Amino acid sequence: MLEVSRLDAFYGRAQILHEVGLRVGSGEAVALLGRNGAGKSTTLRAIMAQGPRRTGEIRLLGADVSRLETHELVQAGIGYAPEDRRIFTDLTVMENLEVGRRPARPGHAPWTIERLFALFPNLAEMRQRRGGQMSGGEQQMLTLARTLMGNPLLLLLDEPSEGLAPRIVEQIALAVMALKTEGLSILLCEQNLHFARLICDRTCVMARGRMVFEGSFAALEADPARRDALLSV
Amino acid sequence: MTPLSNQGLETRLLDFIVAQFLTGLASACSLFLVASGLSIIFGVTRIVNFAHGAFYMLGAYVAYSLTERFSGALGFWAALVCAAAVVALLGVTMEILLLRRIYRAPELFQLLATFGVTLMVEDLVVLMFGPEDLLGPRAPGLKGAVDILGQAIPAYDLFLVVLGPLVLGAIWLAFHTTRWGILVRAATQDRDMVAALGVNQKWLFTSVFALGVFLAALGGALQLPREAVNHSMDMKIIVEVFVVVVIGGLGSVTGAFLAAVLVCELNAFGILILPQVSLVLVFAVMALVLVLRPYGLLGRADGAARPAIGTFITPWRAFTTRERAAVAGLVLLAALLPLGAGAYVLSVAAEIAIFVLFAASLHFLMGAGGLPSFGHAAYFGLGAYGAAFALKLAGLSMAGAILLGPLLGLAGAVLFGWFCVRLSGVYSAMLTLAFAQIAWAIAFQWVEVTGGDNGLLGIWPAGFAATPAGFYWLALALAIMGVAALRTLIFSPFGFALRAARDNAARAEALGIDRHRIQWAAFALAGLFAAVAGALFAFLKGSVFPDTLGIPLSVDALAMVLLGGVETISGGVVGAIAYKLLSIWLMSETEHSKLVLGAVIVMLVVAFPHGIGGAFTRLRDRLGGAAA
Repeated sequence: MLEVSRLDAFYGRAQILHEVGLRVGSGEAVALLGRNGAGKSTTLRAIMAQGPRRTGEIRLLGADVSRLETHELVQAGIGYAPEDRRIFTDLTVMENLEVGRRPARPGHAPWTIERLFALFPNLAEMRQRRGGQMSGGEQQMLTLARTLMGNPLLLLLDEPSEGLAPRIVEQIALAVMALKTEGLSILLCEQNLHFARLICDRTCVMARGRMVFEGSFAALEADPARRDALLSV
Repeated sequence: MTPLSNQGLETRLLDFIVAQFLTGLASACSLFLVASGLSIIFGVTRIVNFAHGAFYMLGAYVAYSLTERFSGALGFWAALVCAAAVVALLGVTMEILLLRRIYRAPELFQLLATFGVTLMVEDLVVLMFGPEDLLGPRAPGLKGAVDILGQAIPAYDLFLVVLGPLVLGAIWLAFHTTRWGILVRAATQDRDMVAALGVNQKWLFTSVFALGVFLAALGGALQLPREAVNHSMDMKIIVEVFVVVVIGGLGSVTGAFLAAVLVCELNAFGILILPQVSLVLVFAVMALVLVLRPYGLLGRADGAARPAIGTFITPWRAFTTRERAAVAGLVLLAALLPLGAGAYVLSVAAEIAIFVLFAASLHFLMGAGGLPSFGHAAYFGLGAYGAAFALKLAGLSMAGAILLGPLLGLAGAVLFGWFCVRLSGVYSAMLTLAFAQIAWAIAFQWVEVTGGDNGLLGIWPAGFAATPAGFYWLALALAIMGVAALRTLIFSPFGFALRAARDNAARAEALGIDRHRIQWAAFALAGLFAAVAGALFAFLKGSVFPDTLGIPLSVDALAMVLLGGVETISGGVVGAIAYKLLSIWLMSETEHSKLVLGAVIVMLVVAFPHGIGGAFTRLRDRLGGAAA
């Protein structure tokens, strides 16, 4: 589904990412782990052509998409739910969803408002509420729903569990697992190892802008000292 | 005649007030159309479209020539709408050809580009339609007056009174019921997120631009039956529109409507109650609104706004020894100029020196302070008036006038700066514009003291400075000392604190830097140095006019700083020399200096999106980057 190779990214003259490579297979969920500042969010932003200047190769379904602009990447099938959620606070739930709406993809059942409300029942009860008046968890659900309105093939999720109560994290985890069952490919940035392990098949770990580990969760757990060196704060 | 009873007088007064109120509402219509267009464009594209006034003017001109061709009642109305559509197409052309190239440049750069377009349009309409005022036809079917409470109100005015709210309602419906409108509102809040949801920003921007320009041009076309069309209507409206947009809140259409009504009613009644200060009144209300509600009546603090000044890729550093030597050599060369130059060249050179100091002071405020100003001429002009007062009223010598005159500029900067540093970004910049207009209005209207439009004359240099060479040396010396002082300030602890507050206000405050205080001090200092330049300017020209406080001069300074490169430490100096030489040369070479100057500004903006100085720094980095 997604293949990133030798990805370098820069803010001004400062190089943030060094030769990052990663792969997400079709229908696979991969966790991108690492400490604060390791370069996880920057990797997602670089893939989406938002923010940093980047070089390297990005392939989606085998096609080179490195030169595409953000909106073209979305049209090509990548859905992006950013870290800070970025709900349109002045717009209602329905309007937020409308911004994300894109045509259906042939061969895939399109996401409709009804299907999304079935996935996130909370949202169904607040159709006309403004984004700014929602709780953090509700906003996170809306962010996911809004991204799904674009009928993506691959989801880039940036820390969907951040700052949320455990009960809400659980709801979101269930929803993301349901998406995976639907056949969506997922690249998930996380600090919460537990959350990542629930959803993902495989993991990559970043440190200081480089990829330092790739493999199964079992392999990562096999060496607790290494795991703590890479992940714990 | 029977004497009116008291009650009769009161009814009369009430009738009159109602009539005046309706006139105000009618004027508000066009102003609202133009302002809402500007507001919508700013909301989505973050561009302060200075050319909006020019599109308003073009709307009126094109409507004039179309009403000449189309006949009949239907023809008149069709002409107005067609004119707006034609001008909207022109606006879209500008957006696609010019603005798309510079969306990533710092915000003020786009203002400069659209200012260049405005200059071009001003000359072009004179070329195409002639310099005379053009009187358009009356609106068919609405030629008469309607009797309301015994007062004759033009039927066309009543039509406008109704049209304004109708347009407001139409825009509201479009924004809340169509997908396009929802996208526009979303992009107003976070345009990058809209792109991250698969929306092509380019076409969204273009369509928003088309609508905004259409509204501006329609506003101009609708004025056709009310006032004569002329080639200076763009500057008049753009100032009012800035005021309306800032009072109403940038990006808020309803706010623009409320503010347009407020401003027009203030004008309608202000002129009756306080005719001497009618100009001041509107700006005073604007200042008041901004102090109470920093983002306007219905505006909202925008978190996602980029800093007005771009990110600094190359950190600032002091001159190296070799660069110091080179600068010393250039200064020496400049000092030797009188050996080989005549009186005209020396007066041009003195003017350039004065503008170098002026631009350097603005550059200090914008580059180091991160406080853009659209009204820096206020302090330049106050310095000039201060010097003139010191000489004429206080009977001081030239030296005394140049020494004490700038204190008036300092006082103005201390007063106005207190307000301005409490706002940020474009709002702060627009407030500076409003204050400059207040200063201008006072100079223009307080004839007893300032001489009004006739200015103050006979301010000639004395002693050694009476010769062209002497005055040139004086101007050069003060300019060099001023620029050196500003540069020293940038690398002083004060400068570090100022730059820290610019780059990250929250962090600077966490470090114990009192941001408002330090920016206020920077504002006052920048005003003082501008005032010194203004005092010199008064003696160069031998006179002071309200123009020295005017918007064109403020924009000149802005152009100098941006062309020189606001991100480059020497940007003000380089820009002032380049811009001044260019404009003086163009003035002597062509009759259409505005057209050529505007075109040059546009080309420079596209070619050097980081200014001339910035381009030079980048070149140096590229050549010497490996070594450094």
